[in-house]
Amino acid sequence: MGGKELENTKFLVSSSPHIRSGETTQRIMLDVIIALMPALFAGVFNFGFGVLTLTITAVIFSVAAEAAMQKILGKPITVNDLSAVVTGILIAFNVPATLPLWIIAVGSVFAIVIAKHCFGGLGYNFINPALAGRAMLLASWPVRMTNWVAPGVDAVSSATPLAIYKWGFQEASAAGQAIPSLWNLFIGNIGGCIGETSALALLIGGAYLLYRKVINPRIPVAYIATVAVFSFLFGGFDPFSMIYHILAGGLFLGAIFMATDYSTSPISEKGQIIFGVGCGFLTSVIRFFGGYPEGVSYSILLMNVATPLIDKYTMPRKFGEVKKSA
Amino acid sequence: MGLVTPNWQVPILIYKLRGEELSIRILTFKGGTHPPHSKKATEGLAIERANEPKVVVIPMQQHIGAPCEPIVQVGDEVKVGQKIGEAKGFVSSPVHSGVSGKVTAIEPRLYSGGTAVTCIVIESDMKNTISDDITPKGSLSDLSAEDIKNIIKEAGIVGMGGAAFPTHVKLTPPPDKKVDTVILNGAECEPYLTSDHRLMLEHPEEVVFGLQALMKVLGVKKGYIGIETNKPDAIEKIFEMAKGIEGIEVVALKTKYPQGAEKQLIHACTNREVPSGGLPADAGVVVNNVGTAAAVAKAIMTGMPLIERIVTVTGQGVNNPGNLMVKIGTSFREVIEQCGGLKGKTGKVIAGGPMMGITQFSLDVPVIKGTSGILVLTEEEARLPEPTNCIRCGKCVEACPINLMPVNLSAYSLANKHEQAEALNAMDCIECGACSFVCPAKRPLVESIRVSKREILARRKKAQSK
Repeated sequence: MGGKELENTKFLVSSSPHIRSGETTQRIMLDVIIALMPALFAGVFNFGFGVLTLTITAVIFSVAAEAAMQKILGKPITVNDLSAVVTGILIAFNVPATLPLWIIAVGSVFAIVIAKHCFGGLGYNFINPALAGRAMLLASWPVRMTNWVAPGVDAVSSATPLAIYKWGFQEASAAGQAIPSLWNLFIGNIGGCIGETSALALLIGGAYLLYRKVINPRIPVAYIATVAVFSFLFGGFDPFSMIYHILAGGLFLGAIFMATDYSTSPISEKGQIIFGVGCGFLTSVIRFFGGYPEGVSYSILLMNVATPLIDKYTMPRKFGEVKKSA
Repeated sequence: MGLVTPNWQVPILIYKLRGEELSIRILTFKGGTHPPHSKKATEGLAIERANEPKVVVIPMQQHIGAPCEPIVQVGDEVKVGQKIGEAKGFVSSPVHSGVSGKVTAIEPRLYSGGTAVTCIVIESDMKNTISDDITPKGSLSDLSAEDIKNIIKEAGIVGMGGAAFPTHVKLTPPPDKKVDTVILNGAECEPYLTSDHRLMLEHPEEVVFGLQALMKVLGVKKGYIGIETNKPDAIEKIFEMAKGIEGIEVVALKTKYPQGAEKQLIHACTNREVPSGGLPADAGVVVNNVGTAAAVAKAIMTGMPLIERIVTVTGQGVNNPGNLMVKIGTSFREVIEQCGGLKGKTGKVIAGGPMMGITQFSLDVPVIKGTSGILVLTEEEARLPEPTNCIRCGKCVEACPINLMPVNLSAYSLANKHEQAEALNAMDCIECGACSFVCPAKRPLVESIRVSKREILARRKKAQSK
């Protein structure tokens, strides 16, 4: 204490600020992974342990593809930011539990190499890599990608709730397909992709992301509310149709985990609301008037492409900007 | 009168003071962030008088504006409070000696701004003989507005919050601007710093007297004192002191960075927005730091010009943090030595706070009028983070109190596209650093925007001279 001559040792000189928050990209990605866990458990519970094998395969191939790509391009290898892990899990969540492992491996590599790294890597991709991977798989192996099974040990073939809706409830009943109850839709006791069926599990994950401030509610709320409004309108002012369309299909997975992808959604508040509404409108139009029963993936992909435009026209009003007098 | 837009205020907060319920409004602004306060180390420590410096090095430029001209010569004897540097030009401020003794040198020396400026070096005779012309100036009612403004000008008072803008210039708004409000800034939103907090606790009478003086100069009826809610004791003290004085309202400010930024403070208190590129006077407001008000009070009550200030010496890198009353011109080295010296491996020595302070490469720089704190960070704390890819999370956009898009500004700046940065309002950036603080990818956001601002200014200057 005291007395010691103070030497002019080398002090670090830099531009302010001199402190940084503890938040890191890795921590954000870890939060997303944690938020995806309830839906993964629901997937395993509904469709068996094959789900785990599929998910792990997707993660391994995503991470390996990222490392290989960065090595080839001579960039620093950043797989420990965990973004490729998130992509891998999301790809697995978007396929049926019956998909062969080699197909999901192809999808994972496509997502990372083409959709992510060909456009510059993390933060530069203009479409959601996981959804791009899913779209590619669906185009390449349409039958295997729609080989749905009902939850339970016997793996009975089953139509998804949205397919049943498109088919028509009466026709489906006549053909021996049970109409899922809203409760089963909510907890996920229905056919569909691995991670999309349980609205409950996805909501728990979403609540965690909101609590951790990883996402804000603007996109998910605007998205889901828009689907609610249009399902009510297009479904002939039927409240059952409205709730059915919110809970069925990939809406919660898409709205909470895919549409909120930072790189491919707008940054401004207004832009995020426009983006959510756009996703909701396109989803409803595809579901009710399109050729497919489900439209979440394509609507998000379409809005991804519109993101730079939305950002351009929704710049926030700067503080102190004087309105031009007319 | 500027633009009036709704602000984000929680209407009423009830403070209990001696059984009496006080309603104080809690106000704030949109955006911002919450860095750790880090004020615990010094907020409970009373202001201590620093040891008398044997030598003071007094820069001729401690303020924004034209440097002073020395009016003493090597070999001259000077006394405490004697003017040694005369202001050159209107936007300038005189400097005074804080010690009695002999001028030993007048030469360029390094100061905390990072460059060398002309300094007067005075060797103290340790007697502290006070200059004869230091006499109390009388009561506020006896002084005219012009008298007070002159006292402030002659006392060399500048903004004590750090920017050091000459106070008498602030008090001379252009005749076409109608100023109706004075705000005292007691937010002290910079982490670590507690000098304003201690001042408000220990000398609330100076703060309130200073505000009254400033209101008289400007002929305004409305005065605010804004204090962040993390200083409830200061809010109470000042509230009590200002009770019953007409026109003065004490407001609590949400603890959020940068609550003490001029434009944000004005918006919180009055709902008025300072127009882009404009001055507070464009919104009818003049803002001063509570420390400035206290300096004004001292100059009137005792006649003593600005020769010392409260400095918070703190951080993990010093042994005994504290709040010291330091004479202008005392070296950082001496001040730190009094606080038990440096602890462990020193990373950064910062003049000011961690969000906007300036790093020093030497301890041989003097404390000046704007030195609100000396912060020492350890090597561990000061390690520069490795920037990674922007993930477009938008946290910088949410944090920006001016509603800019730091992510895009920074991208243009790093690509040397400063015209595009200008089009995206780079010049409106107040450089608070909230964006860089929150960035999870640790990108140099405000750092690069600063580069753009300099480039844009340089180009504008060039275009003008053509």
